[in-house]
Amino acid sequence: METRIIVVTSGKGGVGKTTVTANLSARLAMEGFKVVAIDADIGLRNLDVVMGLENRIVFNMIDVIEGACKLPQALVRDKRVDNLYLLPAAQTRTKDAVTSDQMKELCDSLRGEFDFVFVDSPAGIESGFRNAAAGADEALVVATPEVSSVRDADRIIGLLESFGKTSINLIVNRVRPEMVRSGKMLGVSDVMEILAIDLIGIVPEDDSVVVSTNKGEPLAMTNVSPAAKAFEKIAGRIMGKDIPLRDIDDLEEKGFLVNFRKLFGRRGGRS
Amino acid sequence: MGFLDRFFRRETPRKSAKERLQLVLIHDRADISPGTMELIRKDLIKVISNYMVISEEGIEMDLERDGRSVALVASIPVLEVKRKRSREGDK
Repeated sequence: METRIIVVTSGKGGVGKTTVTANLSARLAMEGFKVVAIDADIGLRNLDVVMGLENRIVFNMIDVIEGACKLPQALVRDKRVDNLYLLPAAQTRTKDAVTSDQMKELCDSLRGEFDFVFVDSPAGIESGFRNAAAGADEALVVATPEVSSVRDADRIIGLLESFGKTSINLIVNRVRPEMVRSGKMLGVSDVMEILAIDLIGIVPEDDSVVVSTNKGEPLAMTNVSPAAKAFEKIAGRIMGKDIPLRDIDDLEEKGFLVNFRKLFGRRGGRS
Repeated sequence: MGFLDRFFRRETPRKSAKERLQLVLIHDRADISPGTMELIRKDLIKVISNYMVISEEGIEMDLERDGRSVALVASIPVLEVKRKRSREGDK
């Protein structure tokens, strides 16, 4: 298949770009695709620890760009899942160490070698984000249902459109159905209405994510928690499978009944 | 709380978040400051006044959202249509 290069971005920090990158990369590798995850957050690298590959890094992306090593030398192969690789960021350099053209060249050099290339973008709208987006054909925008995140996502979508990216899909992360139902939090439908782009998946708030990050073991590899299932579905949709987004109805339409139940004593606490 | 809010259509945090976002994004997307809006308003009045007598107090002008695009929508009450185009400063 033709290589698909997908940038994972959000504008705001801390909304789950790295978690999404790690899990979708792992999931697609488990489906048999050859996948590389690139950490484009130079100077603040994190994808390595989230994927649990931090101890095996020898070279990094900047070494490849500057010619200090060959690309295959810098790729860290995941021993748990076949066909999964990480191209780490440099930790002791700054974002100015690369240009958009170099990044584009690097991405293009991966074409034909891999089925999927995921680029984990740094937060912000400056050069780091622009470089991360430079070589990508598609974009996944991650947003949480909060005003600050949605506002930043909107800005990022505008910028991606101005770069000429036509395939932009939304992942709504850390959804808390209970709070949506009781009218305390923005729902997926609200976020979609505001951002007006295609939705590719909904990831519920899930404590397992914290645990998996602590262990350096992407959820997709081991777990059957709600977030892991959500990542599996998103990976399926990326592969072109027709998996209906039934989650929205499950999360929101049943609101009345749930509230009715709550009225009769079954108060929904924290799940 | 959720049930009663919904029942009486009270303003929930969810609703206010959505409304505040929609408002702030109109301006983010258009990238137009209130100062610039005022300048546009004044220029509009100047140009249209060449052809019509309009009610300056009755003018409603705002940016509206349609999907991912933004439109400038103005409602300008016309009091009288001038026969001939008057020159600037004739008034």
